[in-house]
Amino acid sequence: MGNGAILRRLLLVPPTLFGVAVVVFVLLRVVPGDPVSMMISPGATPADIAALHARYGLDLPIAEQFLVWLKAAVSGDFGVSITRRQDVLGLILGRLPATLELVLVATLIAFSIGGGMAILGAYFRRRAPEWAVDGFVAASLAIPDFLWGLLFILVFGVLWPVLPISGRIDPRVGVDFHTGFYLIESVITGRWTVAGDLLRHLILPAMALALPLSAIVTRLLKASLGEAELQDYAQVARSRGFTSGRVLILEALPNALISTVTLAGVQITFLIGGTVLVERIFSYEGIGNMAVDAMINRDLPLIQGLVLTFAILFIVLNLLIDLLVAWLDPRLQHG
Amino acid sequence: MAETSPTAEGRRRLAIRIDARVVAGGTIVAILLLTAIAAPLLAPHNPLDQDLLSAQLPPSWSAGGDPAHLFGTDSLGRDTLSRLIYASRIAVIVALVAATLACVIGSLLGLAAGFFRGAVDQIVSRLIDVWMSFPPVLLSIVLAAAVGAGLGSVILAIVVVDWTRFARVIRAETLLQGQLDYVAAAKVVGLTPTAVLTKEVVPNVLPLLATLLSVEMGIAVLVEAILSFVGLSVSTDTPTWGGMIAEGRQLINQTPWLLALPIGCIIVTVLGFNLLGDGLRASLDPVQRR
Amino acid sequence: MNAPVLEIADLHVALASASVPVPLLRGVSLTIAPGEVRGLVGESGAGKSMIGRSIFGLLPGGARITRGRILFDGADLAALADAERRDLLGSRIALVPQDPMTSLNPVKRIGDQIGVILRVKLKMARDAARARALELLAEVAIREPARVIDLYPHELSGGMRQRILIAMAFACTPRLVIADEPTTALDVTVQRQVLRLIHDLQHRHGAAVLFVTHNFGLVAKLCQSVTVLYAGRVVEDGATANVLASPREPYTQALLAATPRFDRPADALVPLDRSVTDTLLSDARAYDAAHAEAYR
Repeated sequence: MGNGAILRRLLLVPPTLFGVAVVVFVLLRVVPGDPVSMMISPGATPADIAALHARYGLDLPIAEQFLVWLKAAVSGDFGVSITRRQDVLGLILGRLPATLELVLVATLIAFSIGGGMAILGAYFRRRAPEWAVDGFVAASLAIPDFLWGLLFILVFGVLWPVLPISGRIDPRVGVDFHTGFYLIESVITGRWTVAGDLLRHLILPAMALALPLSAIVTRLLKASLGEAELQDYAQVARSRGFTSGRVLILEALPNALISTVTLAGVQITFLIGGTVLVERIFSYEGIGNMAVDAMINRDLPLIQGLVLTFAILFIVLNLLIDLLVAWLDPRLQHG
Repeated sequence: MAETSPTAEGRRRLAIRIDARVVAGGTIVAILLLTAIAAPLLAPHNPLDQDLLSAQLPPSWSAGGDPAHLFGTDSLGRDTLSRLIYASRIAVIVALVAATLACVIGSLLGLAAGFFRGAVDQIVSRLIDVWMSFPPVLLSIVLAAAVGAGLGSVILAIVVVDWTRFARVIRAETLLQGQLDYVAAAKVVGLTPTAVLTKEVVPNVLPLLATLLSVEMGIAVLVEAILSFVGLSVSTDTPTWGGMIAEGRQLINQTPWLLALPIGCIIVTVLGFNLLGDGLRASLDPVQRR
Repeated sequence: MNAPVLEIADLHVALASASVPVPLLRGVSLTIAPGEVRGLVGESGAGKSMIGRSIFGLLPGGARITRGRILFDGADLAALADAERRDLLGSRIALVPQDPMTSLNPVKRIGDQIGVILRVKLKMARDAARARALELLAEVAIREPARVIDLYPHELSGGMRQRILIAMAFACTPRLVIADEPTTALDVTVQRQVLRLIHDLQHRHGAAVLFVTHNFGLVAKLCQSVTVLYAGRVVEDGATANVLASPREPYTQALLAATPRFDRPADALVPLDRSVTDTLLSDARAYDAAHAEAYR
């Protein structure tokens, strides 16, 4: 993908974000129900309630409210959360690294499992291992991420409690971090016990997110490998005496990966949406969990900020995947 | 050579070969429907009856179980089995209503876009693009939170998010079908665009629709479970599988069966709809496309 | 007297189907002496590619060698250990494939594709392999080898890709090269270059060549001997000059008469007479009936 195409993609981002912001803003305000109802203490007078409304700018017409919000947002001020009385941007940035790490680990797991199974299934085509792989794929596809999460909680919470089922880290392990990226930081600084504890907390929610994606990856990659193995260049490689394993990994796989990443790439973005429930189920302190709270409590500024954050993540991830595909496929690099 | 009109050709290709998955999935769905309809007859207790003396009882076959409560009770003493049975009503209502609405709206838009093309297609396609750039789960939660709790908002949330699924596929299929010979033949014979649409294109798009609808019903059940898990569905008194899961999650150490059983119900239900959908796709696959 | 490089003896290949096996090759025999260029001529479906595939062990799913042997330098290929046979392939027996547009891996650079052959077959070190690859590219008349070596296949023309494939075939100084219709997918102008290249390299390396084609004209240019194939059986076999001048079999005569030659007007072309091929087909069926056990 040439630089021109990338630039065009980037230029589309602000309008898309704007559209998202408008939709959510309007949606949340045309609806019956008082956003500040949470904050009204018993015995509040109508004057108090009116003051609350004024404080949060809710007494202005909608269009003006949006402009006010927009103006502030552009300069980095996303308002104050109604339920938590804290700066929205700060709240989000505080929890964002946790979600990013979760998504990262989940993606890595999904591609490792998915890739491994696909190669296994392709190598042992029409024999027992392939049937096993197909069965695993069918099961994984039938069960969505949040159900996997609940199943894990049942198994590891009740039947075989070897892994923690809530939280991000055991408070006794130590919480002095410089950044919000606990896992990355502890790995870089070599604090292995801390990293280990973080991983123990991360593994179940990450697996819940990863399993459906890995099934899709397996299916796509196995099919692509099958196609690649039939191509002429694979046959010619065999005519040179290269073993089928070698042909699979060194000739077919590089080709198959490209089409798989292209097709599976879209699915990765669904991981982001999946964090909402999975974090909730595992009480994992990321933005997904916070989003559920915000929505139940109608915390408008926070919802607004979070929705925008999710949209940005979505868009950035899509862009990264497109760049990855362009980098992998030499045919796309020349216009 | 016998003369065959384009319409007869199209319909002949709908010959159904019953796939095993249709039978399996269909059975599960049928059982679900029966359970929902006959809930008052099947449930041993009133699902709303609280009996604090019998709270948190384990299933009847475990130690401390009570034969009167086959699957135990929750923390308010309500019978689990009865709640599970009545919860199937919510699942069925949502599955039938939401999925059908999403299907109808999405298909109409998709048909229009694929058949009339031009400006109509542009508008619908842009709409779909914008819609799909949003994580679906998030969108449904936002919608349900915005509109407020209740079955209506759950159905609305599902319809508003999932119509794109149908529109996209039906649009692609309609575009494809529109290029086939029999449509051109029909146009030549002088049928008006809408007549071509209803007589030629729709019958060939129906098999695909049946599959999508079935799968969508499974998705609707899941979304309802998600929303009731989060507390955004019907009032907390009315039993829902998602609500039971939320409660079970809270008290996982005391009442793990409250978590396991509704999960099982959801998995079986979704599996049933998926099998039915997969089987329908295999059975109704128009062979002429091979 | 030199032993033949390739000796195919009574080769029967059949497609094992549910009820009756489908014969693909019906007792084919041919030999190639060291350094000899033998043409293998036949229409599509005559079985030409089956012979090549049998040599490389690349028969399509379900097809098997049911009788007969393939001897390379006197050694029965089927009797060799797996590793030994794989060692031979790509080094002592090499393939020049038909379609240059699809026979190179699209996501690997030319240098890597040549290099892997040199490193695995000749155990060369990375640097030595790269240097040798440059030499090989020059040998097949690629201008600017240093630039081409780092390119991807889609950046090169069909003719260049075919020359690279030829270079890869000759990289390990093979004793036998199977050229499977190497010019079919190329423009006429490029065909000549490629043919000359094969001729030169074959001469220089002393390799024997089995030149598979459906075009008798190419055989006349390149091959010392020719085998004519129809319905999986050898119809005629001999020195090219002899076969061209006085073909014994009606099928060969008909084939020659149908071959376009620039020194004959186009309307002098005579399409194949059905009776000739019909006879051959019924002969083939009679053979199958009489030799049913050869296909099990």
